[in-house]
Amino acid sequence: MRDIRHYILGCIMAALAVLVLASWLTPGMANAQEAGSVATETEIDRSATGGATTLEDIMRRQQGLPVDNSFRAENIGDPSAAAGITDQLGTLGGASDPDLWRGMRFNAADVTTQARGPAADVLIQDRGMWWLLFREGPLLTYGGYLLLGTIGALVLFFLLRGRVKIDGEKTGRRIERFKNFERFGHWLLAGSFILLGITGLVSLMGRKFLIPTNGHESYALIAGASKWIHNNVSWAFMLALVMVFVMWVVHNFPDKTDLKWLAKGGGLFGGGHPPAKKFNAGQKLIFWSVIILGGSISVSGLSLLFPFELPMFAKTFAILNTTGLPEMLGFGILPEAMTPHEEMQYAQLWHAIVSFVLMAIILAHIYIGSVGMEGAYDAMGTGMVEEQWAKEHHSLWVEEVKKQENKAPSGATPAE
Amino acid sequence: MKAMLIGFVAIAVIAVGADYTLHQMGWSAAEQGASPSNVRLGD
Repeated sequence: MRDIRHYILGCIMAALAVLVLASWLTPGMANAQEAGSVATETEIDRSATGGATTLEDIMRRQQGLPVDNSFRAENIGDPSAAAGITDQLGTLGGASDPDLWRGMRFNAADVTTQARGPAADVLIQDRGMWWLLFREGPLLTYGGYLLLGTIGALVLFFLLRGRVKIDGEKTGRRIERFKNFERFGHWLLAGSFILLGITGLVSLMGRKFLIPTNGHESYALIAGASKWIHNNVSWAFMLALVMVFVMWVVHNFPDKTDLKWLAKGGGLFGGGHPPAKKFNAGQKLIFWSVIILGGSISVSGLSLLFPFELPMFAKTFAILNTTGLPEMLGFGILPEAMTPHEEMQYAQLWHAIVSFVLMAIILAHIYIGSVGMEGAYDAMGTGMVEEQWAKEHHSLWVEEVKKQENKAPSGATPAE
Repeated sequence: MKAMLIGFVAIAVIAVGADYTLHQMGWSAAEQGASPSNVRLGD
C-alpha cells in the first residue's frame, strides 16, 4: 500500500516537473521565433534581450558577416543606460556586471594587474583572430606558392635556356674579383639568411606540414630549435647586412651602363654581352633588394625580438594616411590607434611578407650564381675568376683592373 | 672556400654570443613579463 502511495506521489511530481518545464520553454521558444522574425529587419530590435546581443547578432558573427558592435561599444559608463535595479539585467549598485564586461570586451575597463609588461592589462583585442586567420591562410598559401613558383620558373628557365657558358676561349688567367673580407661578409649574410629562411618557414608552416607528418612531440623540438636559431642568428644577418652595404654601395649606384644592360636583357637571351662595371644592373637590383628588403626585415624583426618595445606601425599608418595612398589603393583609412598586440601582429605579417619576396629574389640569385652560369661561383668561392668570364660579363670592370695594374710601379708587389 | 667556412663559424659564434648577452642583460621573455615582487597593490 505504501509502495502504491509512493508511486502515485512520484507520478504527480513528475507531471508537475513536466508542466513547470513546459511553462518555461514555451515563452523561450516564442522569443526565439520573435528573434528569427526580427532578423529580417534592417534595424535590429533588441528589446527581447534588454538591449544586449541578439540571436541575429550571434548568427551574423557565426556566418562571418560584419557585426555592428557600436550598441555595446558605446554603452559603457552611462548609469542611465543601465537596466533598473528590479529588472533581470538590473545594476548591482553603481556599476553593473554587464557594464564591467562590456568595458573589458572593448578595452575600456580600468584593469590593474600584478603582471608587468606593456600589454598585460589588455584582456581582449579584436584583431587577433583576423591576424591568425590571415597568417594561417593567405600569408602561408600565397607565400608558399611564390617560393614554389619561383623554383618552378627557374627550373623551366634552366631547361629552356640551359647554363650560361663562357663563350670565348678560356685564358687560364685569373683575376681577383672579391677579397677574403668581402667573401666573408657575403657568406655571413648568405649563411644566416638561409638559416633564417628555413627556420622562419618552419615557424610559419610547421603546424600545417610538420605536425601531421612528425607529430606534436617532434615538432615541439623542431619549433623550439627553430626559434632559438631564428632569434640569435638574426644578429649575424644584421651585422653582415651592414658589412655588405659598406663594402659594395660604391659599386652599386645606378648609371648609364645599367640602362644599356637592361635594354639587352643582360644578354641572357642572346645578342652578345652588354658591357658592365664591377656589378651589372641585375646585380645592382639584387644588392638594393637585399639592402632595402633586408633592412626592413631587420627593423620588423627587432620589433619582434623585443616585444612591445619598438612599436612602429601605428605611426607609420598615420603617416601613410596623411598621404591618402591607402584610401586611393582601396585599403581605407589604416588604424592609427592599436593595442600593443596589434603592433606585434602587423610586425609579424610585414616581416613574413617582405621575407617571402626577398627569398624569391635570393632563389634567383643562388641559381645564377651556381648552376645557372659557368664561372660565376668562383667569384664567391675562391674570389678569383677566369679572365674570359670577366671580359664577357664585366668588360668595363676588367678594363679598370687592367688600367690599375699598368699604373702600378714595376717594383711593387701585387695586392693580395 | 676558407672565407665561406669562417663566415659560417662566425654565424654560430654570433648566435651563441647573442643568446648569452641577451640573457645577461635580462632580456629573456620570461624576465620581461615577470614582476619584481610577489605582491603589488594598486597600479
